[in-house]
Amino acid sequence: MSTTINAPESIDQVQNLLRDQVYVSDRSLAVPVFLALKLRRPLFLEGEAGVGKTEIARALAEGLDTRLIRLQCYEGLDINHAVYEWNHSRQVLEIRLMEAAGAVDRERAAADLFSERFLIKRPLLQAIDEAQDKPPVLLIDELDRADEEFEGFLLELLADYQITIPELGAYRAVNPPVVIITSNRTREIHDALKRRCLYYWIDYPDYQKELQIITSRIPEAPRRLAEEVTGFIQELRQTELYKIPGVSETLDWTSALLALNQTKLDPQVIDDTLGIMLKYQDDIETVRGEAVRALLERSQNRGPRGRRRAGP
Amino acid sequence: MGDESAGPSPMAETLDTQTPEVEAPEPTPILHNLVLFGEVLRRLGMDVGSSNMLDLVRATEYAPLSRRADFRQAAKCILVHRKSDLPLFEEAFDVFWRRPATGETSLDLRSMGEQRRFRQPQAGPPADAGSRDSGGPGQEDDEDLADQVDLTRTYSVREVLREKNFAQFTPQEVNEAKAMMARLSWNLSNRRTRRLGPGPGNQLDLRRTLRGNLKFGGELLELSFQRRKEKPRPMVLLCDISGSMERYTRMLLHFIHTLSLPKAGGGLDRVEAFLFATRLTRITRYLSHRGVDDTVSQVSKAVPDWAGGTRIGEAVKTFNYRWLRRVAKNGAVVMVISDGWDRGEPELLAKEISRLQRSCSRLIWLNPLLGDRSYQPLTRGMQAALPYIDDFLPVHNLNSLEALGRHLSNLEPRRSIEQHYRPTAAAPEKAGEPPPAEPMTGGSQSGLPTFRHPLWGRSRSSTGPG
Repeated sequence: MSTTINAPESIDQVQNLLRDQVYVSDRSLAVPVFLALKLRRPLFLEGEAGVGKTEIARALAEGLDTRLIRLQCYEGLDINHAVYEWNHSRQVLEIRLMEAAGAVDRERAAADLFSERFLIKRPLLQAIDEAQDKPPVLLIDELDRADEEFEGFLLELLADYQITIPELGAYRAVNPPVVIITSNRTREIHDALKRRCLYYWIDYPDYQKELQIITSRIPEAPRRLAEEVTGFIQELRQTELYKIPGVSETLDWTSALLALNQTKLDPQVIDDTLGIMLKYQDDIETVRGEAVRALLERSQNRGPRGRRRAGP
Repeated sequence: MGDESAGPSPMAETLDTQTPEVEAPEPTPILHNLVLFGEVLRRLGMDVGSSNMLDLVRATEYAPLSRRADFRQAAKCILVHRKSDLPLFEEAFDVFWRRPATGETSLDLRSMGEQRRFRQPQAGPPADAGSRDSGGPGQEDDEDLADQVDLTRTYSVREVLREKNFAQFTPQEVNEAKAMMARLSWNLSNRRTRRLGPGPGNQLDLRRTLRGNLKFGGELLELSFQRRKEKPRPMVLLCDISGSMERYTRMLLHFIHTLSLPKAGGGLDRVEAFLFATRLTRITRYLSHRGVDDTVSQVSKAVPDWAGGTRIGEAVKTFNYRWLRRVAKNGAVVMVISDGWDRGEPELLAKEISRLQRSCSRLIWLNPLLGDRSYQPLTRGMQAALPYIDDFLPVHNLNSLEALGRHLSNLEPRRSIEQHYRPTAAAPEKAGEPPPAEPMTGGSQSGLPTFRHPLWGRSRSSTGPG
């Protein structure tokens, strides 16, 4: 089993590595990441949309100083787009050139046309291509969007990191990639696949962690605004909503408030910017107006910044 | 790591019939404990494979037992594969790996398993003799049973049975009906997926074209095409099991079970089923039991509010918030089975039903009362839901099920846009004040088993029974 250059050797190192990439994680996430690197198992991250699943792959790739190969899943994703495809237009062109040269030998044409020159490598093939000097990070994003056929293919791939192209033979990874699979859980992924992976459920962050995320990702945000935003979002997540805002919404909202030159929250400005946090009209209607006021009040009365509340 | 590591609690030992010797350390007590822990989780119903156990053993090298929090996290990510198992894991971990010095705990691993496996029903299902009588013949014997029925009963008697209302079945008739139901074969119209496969479509399959034409020296003479593959739509069932539906519940559960059978067994294969009275319970996983009666008894154990009051709006809301996006995707057909007796807010029901309709490819409402020719859907719940329903059909006897089968295999590709907006137009009219009493039985006017709402302009029953 080959080793990665500057691969972390302990859980603490993983945590530091992620922190250096401005990814706020607690130790509970560092453990599966470390094990994924050590046991060479795919890491299966499940959680609601916008809690930072994709972000982990990015941070890890940068921390390991390796390439991030991303495969976005969608329904109907097939071999042509996930693994490899022949460059048909070049093949046709090649045939014409052969004709022009005079001799089209059937045997040779077949061998020439289906050589690596005409192969377009898609993410999965790239990830296990032997040309890699360093194992890349392979992100298979939103697997729940793909259909079961693709899951079955993936299961096979993850078993031995090998892809067979009928015309060329088998490709086998010398340095198997670090595989990260994410799912928004819009459907259950098949057990057989999950059993092969290290499972981690990413929840919405608590107050402290979310505050930390805002201050590290948007350092220019004033402390007080960051606290107020965190408090409000935390309260908002307690409301019965069709789609609960994730961390990415928190960050977007903070940036928006900064752009609007807001240094503190008031009901009017929240009302005006609700669309950044809530993506369903029903949710916006539930929250707008009175509920916003109540949420804001509760968030200001709660937690460590209650004392910092501006008096009436 | 020996001194700090925790051993299994005495409770855990009792799980194993051959009590392991933990005090007298074997060559690798830690390994033994790891294996034992995996076994405990397996008995709690979690899916722990042997490869997972190997990983766990390897993981102790990187996350040693002496660092308890790390080890817990490592064990968690290796042994747990789904979110719903997380709380159970935490509990089991606490009990199993607690330090021996901590003293007694009120938790008992065995009792945890019991809770999980035999969740106590608050109220039993309506016990009728029908279920017990048929205990003998399983799924495979149904064919035989049906043959017997054929021999012993005359045609006309069976015809009567087809017409007879489920609510009036005797236990013996239930058995015969079940056999007849098992022979119905279900089909749901297909949807086109985004996946391409070979076939006479309008997309050129360049790869196959090129390969196929190499024999002509690369001249593209024969073109290969591909087309979008088709798949049957998924089906989602929401069945009302409140008190007012009690007479039908048992037969309807049989019906749901036959629907959920694999394709080869005449079912639809991809069925998600939920029951509701005051709360919503997902029963999909019980449907995989082979025997119908097995399923029925499992379901009745799992459902807490059997024959309780009805809150259709609440139930649909729970479904919309918690399940809709997970189970009703890919052009699902949703069937609600209910008599529309709702004790909740009609406004809520209307709102949630409309959301449900917007989110699925077709919303079908099956109402057993619709079998009564004089039935008028005037209950408040039914009134609220009607404008958003694509098909309103009866389920009260075997004939109506057959008609439903015909209807399902023949669904129109897409409902008209017009219907999406009908509710606003329909709301102010209100066809008669809904009386709060019994379902309307007076004033028969329509002989059709398919109900046509007075506000529906055109006929929707072309594929309905008749």
